[in-house]
Amino acid sequence: MSLFTPDAGLLFWMVIIFGLLFFILAKWGFPLITSMVDKRSAAIDKSLRDAKEVEVRLSEMTAEHERMLSEARKEQSVMLKEASDTRKAIIEEAKTEARAEADKILSEARVRIEAEKESALRDIRREVAMLSVGVAEKILRKDLSDAERGEDYLSTLVEEAARSEKTLS
Amino acid sequence: MKRLLLILLGLFVGVSLFAQEEEVPIADVIFEHVGDAYEWHITSWKDHPVSIHLPVIVRSRTSGWHVFSSKRLEHGASYEGFTIPHDDPYEGKVVEIIDGERVRPLDISITKNVLSLMMSAVLLAVIVLLTARWYRKHDALEEAPKGLAAAVEPLVMMIHNMAKENIGEDYRRYSPFLCTAFFFILLNNFMGIIPFFPGGANLTGNIAITMVLALCTFFTVNLFGTKHYYKDLFWPDVPGFLKPIMPLIEVFSALVKPISLTIRLFANMLAGHIMILCIVCIIFAMAKYGPAMTGSMTFVSVLFGLFLDLLECLVAFIQAYVFTMLSSIYIGLSRAKE
Repeated sequence: MSLFTPDAGLLFWMVIIFGLLFFILAKWGFPLITSMVDKRSAAIDKSLRDAKEVEVRLSEMTAEHERMLSEARKEQSVMLKEASDTRKAIIEEAKTEARAEADKILSEARVRIEAEKESALRDIRREVAMLSVGVAEKILRKDLSDAERGEDYLSTLVEEAARSEKTLS
Repeated sequence: MKRLLLILLGLFVGVSLFAQEEEVPIADVIFEHVGDAYEWHITSWKDHPVSIHLPVIVRSRTSGWHVFSSKRLEHGASYEGFTIPHDDPYEGKVVEIIDGERVRPLDISITKNVLSLMMSAVLLAVIVLLTARWYRKHDALEEAPKGLAAAVEPLVMMIHNMAKENIGEDYRRYSPFLCTAFFFILLNNFMGIIPFFPGGANLTGNIAITMVLALCTFFTVNLFGTKHYYKDLFWPDVPGFLKPIMPLIEVFSALVKPISLTIRLFANMLAGHIMILCIVCIIFAMAKYGPAMTGSMTFVSVLFGLFLDLLECLVAFIQAYVFTMLSSIYIGLSRAKE
């Protein structure tokens, strides 16, 4: 049957036409398409890889940023604490210094007061001595003429003087 | 859906009331449709056939080349000693009558199949070159393909990647051949399903066409094989007592491969065409049983025809894919390294 026997004419034309078609398509058709698409898929692969890399780097940077922030915060708190410590220390020191100064001034004042008191006492004593000598002179001048009474009186005076000396000292 | 079917059924019964009773030679109709011819019968208009008369190109052994229109050989007429007989031997082929004997001249006429082949080759070239032009005019790294390029690119890459998988390393050398074969078969399969003029020729269901395609694969496989492939073919690594038999089997299998490729594509497409034609012919075969029978069988025929057409669309793709895949596998085997 003619369906199962290849016809020579059709074979001839098929070889020529298919050959030409293959030549044309293999030269200007398919390789161009496939190479462009291959190039494109390579570009897509590359950009996907790049995107992933960028993502990784971004997350790294975020972590770094986070870390720096927390470090700064820690430093800040440390600095604040230090500052307050220093302030306290300075105040404390100032207080102790002031106290010491005050003590010194007080003690100096006390010493001076003591000295003033001493000299004042000395003056008073001298004055009292002079006065008592004057009084004595006046009394003596008036009462020593009366010998007997004068003697008693003298001894009383001496006793009194001695007592007052005691109280004065 | 049910209503649509009912309307169709009614329509067919109605139409068949006007059907003329006339015996139709169904087998002849079918074989005329799947076979080759010197003219392309497009349709009949008011009892006159509308057809394209194609050039007959023959070389007689005695009188050299002759080129003339097939119109001159219509209805068994003879011209310059050539005629087309309607009985064996050489039924439907141009023969030369020499001394009352039928002699087949060298015949490279532009037949229906050759014209169809030329048209689909031009169409395919245009499609692929337009696609390639898109890639030349546009930067594929900047733009996604549009239109034709977007439609053709996935198919091209499907075959390209298949070549990559099955052939390996130097697949780039073979990918254009596989792509050409795939698109050629696919386009002609679909053209065969289209029932009117630019389509309708049964090209991929013609054994000459599939044979050339299979031979291309055969030569691609066996002319560019690696040393290892040839060694496996003629002196395979088998136990001693098999040594004399194995080369025979191997060579035989290498020869059978193109035959199987030829027959598979040819038989699948031919069978599909014949099936659809048979289903359509049911309508004409039923004409003599009255309108009710014809109408209802027309309904059945249209449903089955639709189903078979859809099936053929699937087969058209599958057969193109299978041919290309097997070709790539055979080529891959011939590129074996170890």
